[in-house]
Amino acid sequence: MTDSFYGEVLADHNLHPLHRHDLPGATHVCKGLNPTCGDDIELHLDIRDGVIADGSFTGLGCAISQASADIMLDLIIGKTPEEAKHYTGLFRRMISGEITEDELEELEEAGALQNVSKMPARVKCALLSWNTMDKLLDQNRKGEE
Amino acid sequence: MSELMSKAQFPVFQVYKELVYLDNAATTQKPLKVLEDEENYYRECNANPLRGLYDLGVRSTEAYEDARETVRRFIGAESTQEIVFTRGATEGLNLIAYSWGRANILAGDEILIAISEHHSDLLPWQALAKEKGAVLKYLECDSRGEYTPDALKAALTPRTKLFAMAQVSNVLGRLNPVAEFARICRENGTLTVCDGAQSVPHMPVNVQELGVDFLVFSGHKLMAPMGIGVLYGRRELLNSMPPFHYGGEMIEYVTRDSATFAELPHKFEAGTVNAGGAVGLAAAIDYISEIGFDRIVSRERELTELAFSEMKQIPHVNIIGSEKASEHHGILTFTIDGVHPHDIAAIFDADGIAIRAGHHCAQPLHQYLGVQSTARLSLAFYNDEEDIRRFIGTLKTIRRRMGYDG
Repeated sequence: MTDSFYGEVLADHNLHPLHRHDLPGATHVCKGLNPTCGDDIELHLDIRDGVIADGSFTGLGCAISQASADIMLDLIIGKTPEEAKHYTGLFRRMISGEITEDELEELEEAGALQNVSKMPARVKCALLSWNTMDKLLDQNRKGEE
Repeated sequence: MSELMSKAQFPVFQVYKELVYLDNAATTQKPLKVLEDEENYYRECNANPLRGLYDLGVRSTEAYEDARETVRRFIGAESTQEIVFTRGATEGLNLIAYSWGRANILAGDEILIAISEHHSDLLPWQALAKEKGAVLKYLECDSRGEYTPDALKAALTPRTKLFAMAQVSNVLGRLNPVAEFARICRENGTLTVCDGAQSVPHMPVNVQELGVDFLVFSGHKLMAPMGIGVLYGRRELLNSMPPFHYGGEMIEYVTRDSATFAELPHKFEAGTVNAGGAVGLAAAIDYISEIGFDRIVSRERELTELAFSEMKQIPHVNIIGSEKASEHHGILTFTIDGVHPHDIAAIFDADGIAIRAGHHCAQPLHQYLGVQSTARLSLAFYNDEEDIRRFIGTLKTIRRRMGYDG
């Protein structure tokens, strides 16, 4: 896989996603749609006692959107919604090319998507799962208020 | 091969010397002659057409109306009154839906469209049907994209007021039997709208031989600038229709409370028109006519056959639609097992090859065929064997580059 187009991290998350499955116990489900290509994903989160205890995604998408969703879930499972929001902010800054080295380190494997900042046609693909999570967490917060 | 068919005539290929451009169903590149003629209009003929009472105004009007005559001849319409300039096929279809549709479609009426229609030949009818309480029905094809007269006859009812179909599908590349279908519709008292966006640039189209009531196409898919297109409509129909847009230069006489409208075709061309675009379109039509459709058709057929037979031999590559190359008319839509079309297009792009990926503005067709999205190669006469060779070269590497073993 030495000449893997997107690099091995993304290829691996795309071909062998850990979090791509149903989640019957999910407390929250949210759909995300990329209207340019018609791709949609569904994000499932199980939020209990103020922590994202588990999460998964379903639906179809390109390698970037699938790998991005899988990597995101790796990062946010076990964290609080506030922390997840913080990562979304960092991820957006990375995609728009404004991130610092330290912040990049915080993103761990999600840093493998940094090159998307140089692929304007693929920004929507990379952000699909993150935007969907944002929407879901906003709904969650409103629900609590 | 005519020199006019060479990439040397198209400035974009001098800027991007290695570019393999295979997205011609989305838009074509423009020959230098078209760019020059449009520029010359603004350099030498520019005034507001149809208004100026001075020499330059007369010249701009002549340039604009000469372009209309060029279009009339090109599609074999009876009169220039039947040629309305629009922004493109989409505006033409919206014009028909708003103007003819709102005046003629009643609650309970039926509108029948082909399942393979582009969203531009679907959404105006969907909106019209909703507004009027009419029923939008779909004529379905088989998996190869074939529509049969029997299916059409079965779908038509006494309430079917309008039938809309592309002459060539932008996904399947298949040439639909529009002339025969228009005849069947006429016997049923149903009007036929033909979307010629993918056919008019690639084959001879004569509206009288087709026998359709309306035909639309876009200039930019025919080597002309963006923002100019054509609506053909039978004169008596256009005459009976209310205006689409209201504004300047589409009136005869206006009082505080009423107006009478200009004669055809100006009734449908409110506001300042795109004269430079019309001149560019006429230049493109002259350019194509000088090459001749016999040459264009055979060139595009050769390249389609070459690409088709090579693609057929690559494992995991699936061509959508007919199993015969001759039924694809320069459009080959495909999927690769396990690889999303966005990734396919990204890899082609990395190799300097432009193709399209997505649903090609035909989501209901994709749902019907059971594929979420697809990738598409589409040809124009300036493509060559080397373009196909490079396309196939990249196509063979894609699964491996996505991390598959083979």
